[in-house]
Amino acid sequence: MLDDFFIRALVAGIGIALVAGPLGCFVIWRRMAYFGDTMAHSALLGVALSLLFELNLMISVFIVASAVSLLLLFLQKRGALSTDALLGILSHSALSIGLVIVAFMTWVRIDLIGFLFGDILAVSRSDIDIIWGGGILVIFALVYLWRPLLAATVNPELAEAEGLKPERARLFFMLLMALVIAIAMKIVGILLITSLLIIPAATARRFAASPEIMAVFASLIGALAVTGGLFGSLHWDTPSGPSIVVAALMLFVLSLLPLGRRLGASHRF
Amino acid sequence: MLNFRPQEKTTLVGLSNAGVRRNDRWLVRGVDFSIGRGEIVTLIGPNGSGKSTTAKMAIGVLKTDEGRVERLAGLKVGYVPQKLSVDWTLPLSVERLMTLTGPLKGREIEEALAATGMLHMARAEVQHLSGGEFQRALLARAIARRPDLLVLDEPVQGVDFSGEIALYELIKQIRNRTGCGILLISHDLHIVMAETDTVVCLNGHVCCRGTPQAVSQSPEYLKLFGGRAAGALAVYSHHHDHTHLPDGRVLHADGSIADSCFPGDGHHHHDEAENIHDHDPDCGCGHHVRLNGLERTEKRDA
Repeated sequence: MLDDFFIRALVAGIGIALVAGPLGCFVIWRRMAYFGDTMAHSALLGVALSLLFELNLMISVFIVASAVSLLLLFLQKRGALSTDALLGILSHSALSIGLVIVAFMTWVRIDLIGFLFGDILAVSRSDIDIIWGGGILVIFALVYLWRPLLAATVNPELAEAEGLKPERARLFFMLLMALVIAIAMKIVGILLITSLLIIPAATARRFAASPEIMAVFASLIGALAVTGGLFGSLHWDTPSGPSIVVAALMLFVLSLLPLGRRLGASHRF
Repeated sequence: MLNFRPQEKTTLVGLSNAGVRRNDRWLVRGVDFSIGRGEIVTLIGPNGSGKSTTAKMAIGVLKTDEGRVERLAGLKVGYVPQKLSVDWTLPLSVERLMTLTGPLKGREIEEALAATGMLHMARAEVQHLSGGEFQRALLARAIARRPDLLVLDEPVQGVDFSGEIALYELIKQIRNRTGCGILLISHDLHIVMAETDTVVCLNGHVCCRGTPQAVSQSPEYLKLFGGRAAGALAVYSHHHDHTHLPDGRVLHADGSIADSCFPGDGHHHHDEAENIHDHDPDCGCGHHVRLNGLERTEKRDA
């Protein structure tokens, strides 16, 4: 069954969507959308370094994304510039350095568009193993970290005062983000990863009565968007990553329609 | 009052000469006080005087840059922060808020919500609550976990006057029933909860401390607040002999300006009425502390 490239893409994409759901919920609860974008953009630097030093692509992207998030934490603590300015600097400079390094390596030919926007043809069987293996790891870690992370999202000082370790939870959360970015890159591409995190979670908000339900709904909505997007991409011969994002956006717009008012507790969203 | 406290009472938290420094400025320093089981300590002071900072030092959220904070091993804290905003994107019901930092039994949640009068709102989203309701929900959350030490940072903010009386009544009941220690930060400079054992007045340092005078003893206040309030509120009457200028220097009542407080600086208690803590040897107005170079000379610590 997995011999068919389309089935492989579908299995890989759904795997990523399931992980991206709960993680994306935290991204919007903690208002870290741009932070996720910065980490994702730094993935191109990871790609360039992996080619330069002949490292495994995913490991290289994971290391660079983690390093960028740690660097940001460090710069935030120094407090010289506002967080959004720091994010802007890190995000685009990491992306640009990556592009410049790639341009210098005249001996390699890479499919830049594939990296930036995703390429379903690139998904191999071993990719699926990594996506599902890594995905299960991330889900287990999230379940384990759920309480401290949620408490720290509401109020870090409250979490700290009552014996949870918000700093540690935050650090692990960043590593999980880096891991998901590394494994999701092939499906939706560097520029679109955060949309797979944010749009399904934002769609789920209207239907969710608790944080846990919102996380599960976000996973399911993400899986639906991946399925719809990939079928659309096959049918109209459109690029896979953008097609998935468009499908996710359509679900989000549907969720805004005033259908089933009693389902949604809030319409402010 | 203070010297009648049994000596064997466990000290939950003790601060000695504790201070926090940020960006070359002391937010608060030289803080000395301790909270025992069943004891209520109220922190008062003007805005920016370091009340919240002091509470955060006590529970370990802020590390001290000077002095020491000792906490009982395994101390369970229930904390109501001064500011807490839940993002609109986070679906959080009052019921779910209760188990935010640890699991609870359904009965414990119900009891705590019933005690604060929030049981009927259990399924409401916290973003839909009014300021007073949200404060009560936060208090319910903090007491539901049966803490050894309850730290309440301005718990009556956004609560109307009768609600304030009711909340103080509730806090008293919680203390009586569970025997927990309570660190209360008051938004009012002069009116504190009647059950308060020790009032610590801060203004970047401990200005003075003492026991409050029950409202019922003062006819003016009794007239002002009414009989019901008299049982819950108390007056801590004092006035400042110096103020802190924006640049950190000190303006004294006589008009002189100095770089720091004089050793004898603090508050002067009013002499009128039978103010029970006026010149009380246990008052420890801060004068003794400062005069003796931060040596802890108060009987309180004996």
